Amino acid sequence: MNWFRPPSHALRRASRLARVLLSSQYALMLEFRAEIVLWALSGVLPLIMLGLWSGAGVVPIPGFTPERLVHYFLAAFVVRQFTIVWVIHAFEEDALQGRLSPALLQPLNPFWRYLAAHLSEQATRLPFVLAIVALVALVHPAALWWPSPAGFLLALLATQLAFLVRFAIQSALTMLCFWSERAAALERLLLIPYLFLSGLVAPLEAFPAPIRSFALHTPFPWMIWFPAQLLSGGTVPVAQGFGVLAAWGVLFVPIAALLWRAGLRRYSAMGA
Amino acid sequence: MPIIRAEGLSKTYRVADKQPGFVGTLRHFVARRSRDVAAVREVSFTIEPGEIVGFLGPNGAGKTTTLKMLSGLIHPSAGTVEVAGCVPFRRQGRFLRQISLVMGQKQQLIWDLPPLDSLRVNAAVYGIADAEANRRITELAEMLELGDELTRPVRKLSLGERMKAELLAALLHRPAVLFLDEPTLGLDVNAQARVRRFLADINRRTGTTVLLTSHYMGDITALCPRVLLIHQGRLFFDGRLDALADRLTPCREVRLELVEPQPAAAFARFGTLEALEGRKVRLLVPQEQLTDAVARLLTTFAVLDLEVSEPPIEELIGRLFQQGVVE
Repeated sequence: MNWFRPPSHALRRASRLARVLLSSQYALMLEFRAEIVLWALSGVLPLIMLGLWSGAGVVPIPGFTPERLVHYFLAAFVVRQFTIVWVIHAFEEDALQGRLSPALLQPLNPFWRYLAAHLSEQATRLPFVLAIVALVALVHPAALWWPSPAGFLLALLATQLAFLVRFAIQSALTMLCFWSERAAALERLLLIPYLFLSGLVAPLEAFPAPIRSFALHTPFPWMIWFPAQLLSGGTVPVAQGFGVLAAWGVLFVPIAALLWRAGLRRYSAMGA
Repeated sequence: MPIIRAEGLSKTYRVADKQPGFVGTLRHFVARRSRDVAAVREVSFTIEPGEIVGFLGPNGAGKTTTLKMLSGLIHPSAGTVEVAGCVPFRRQGRFLRQISLVMGQKQQLIWDLPPLDSLRVNAAVYGIADAEANRRITELAEMLELGDELTRPVRKLSLGERMKAELLAALLHRPAVLFLDEPTLGLDVNAQARVRRFLADINRRTGTTVLLTSHYMGDITALCPRVLLIHQGRLFFDGRLDALADRLTPCREVRLELVEPQPAAAFARFGTLEALEGRKVRLLVPQEQLTDAVARLLTTFAVLDLEVSEPPIEELIGRLFQQGVVE
């Protein structure tokens, strides 16, 4: 047996595995393109909120001109599209239908497949998101703006980090599927604070100071408000934002790993 | 040295205990009750490298639970188990690269993509170089008589084609141990024969150890010189198939549909009456008397339909347990 393998070998293998997983999952996502259009359309909450906040008689949000508000909500829409996580639903269904067992028998943690599926779905979603943004621009040309290159890159990074943190948090919740057959209900419970505190219904600046302060202690605003502000040119604590996102990730990845080990001991391979 | 060793292997499941009806539902909602069910009890056996062993038993006997413990999917409640020099439930990469489990009704292939896509993923997961993977795919596809099917979405394949593709996927990494849970379930006679031929070939060519469960006696007689017989979680027989066959009364099942219903006593001289529902009759007839019994049945009664088949394995085994001949 070859006990020592140079890092380049492991890297080559990992990169081949990533390439193959991503391409097969992308092919799978293309099979569901009609469904993905519907998912993309179902994520237009920020655009609906934009309509509500643009209405007459609404109290102005500190630091937001009407034009900035349009940019913010459009940015929030884009960020939301690329931070959607559904691993708990896929895992729960796979566990109940007995599809998890074959995946567990391979020398690859099944969560890498779920991660590849999410990333492939983002790639599939991209053209539809661009089409929706173009449509908004057509109806409302003032809604478009050009983000600064630095702002765009930081927003891209923050969006992907936010996605990974959300994936880690939901993965930890997903492990509860080993204890309950309906763990996805917990995710629905988290959806309410996520919707209100993330900045999807309003920028964080619209909330009273105590609620804003509370929200900043949760991971939610860093997942939408923070990247959306970076993208739309708003003022946000950049270093703190990346630090907080990284901290939530560092907290939840080991929690998910511990629950995974404990859960496998309880796994009964139902349905298989 | 055995490649599979199970010693006092047991598994107990905790299952919800709910009474039927509205009151039962309310009680279950307020105070959940559960009970322990012993699926496998102190099972011990060893299997040498290269053996093909049949795992027999009626539904719910504990066959699949034992396979799940051997493949590392579930933790045993008691006992020890070792497969290919590893403890399965630790799920080390070294172990997972040496085994494969094919479940008749469950699949590892991606449903909406052609099998080749899943095979490419498997090659990458097991670190098989592209050229080597292609060579193995070609070789296995030839043995399995698979061609265009590999480029058609799995959902468009017939059950038999799908099972062959599953076998290909399971064997791509050349496992030392292959666990098969009902590999021919639902397949037609031709497909069953092809799968059996393939498994025998693979075992002969590569020395893969095979442990398979099946409801079809045909699978067992065609492939397994040795059988393990399990009932209610306990191992009742471990030995050569011919030794077990001596204990089984060779018989055939004869199903009749008559023009007129007949009393049960009318069938006593043809064999053992298993079921009588109106005009439908099910008899077990000793194999050596089959031709004679069928001829006499046709001349004695006005018969609308007659079908002769192998009795289900669980029925034969059930009879064995009733007769107390299995030790």
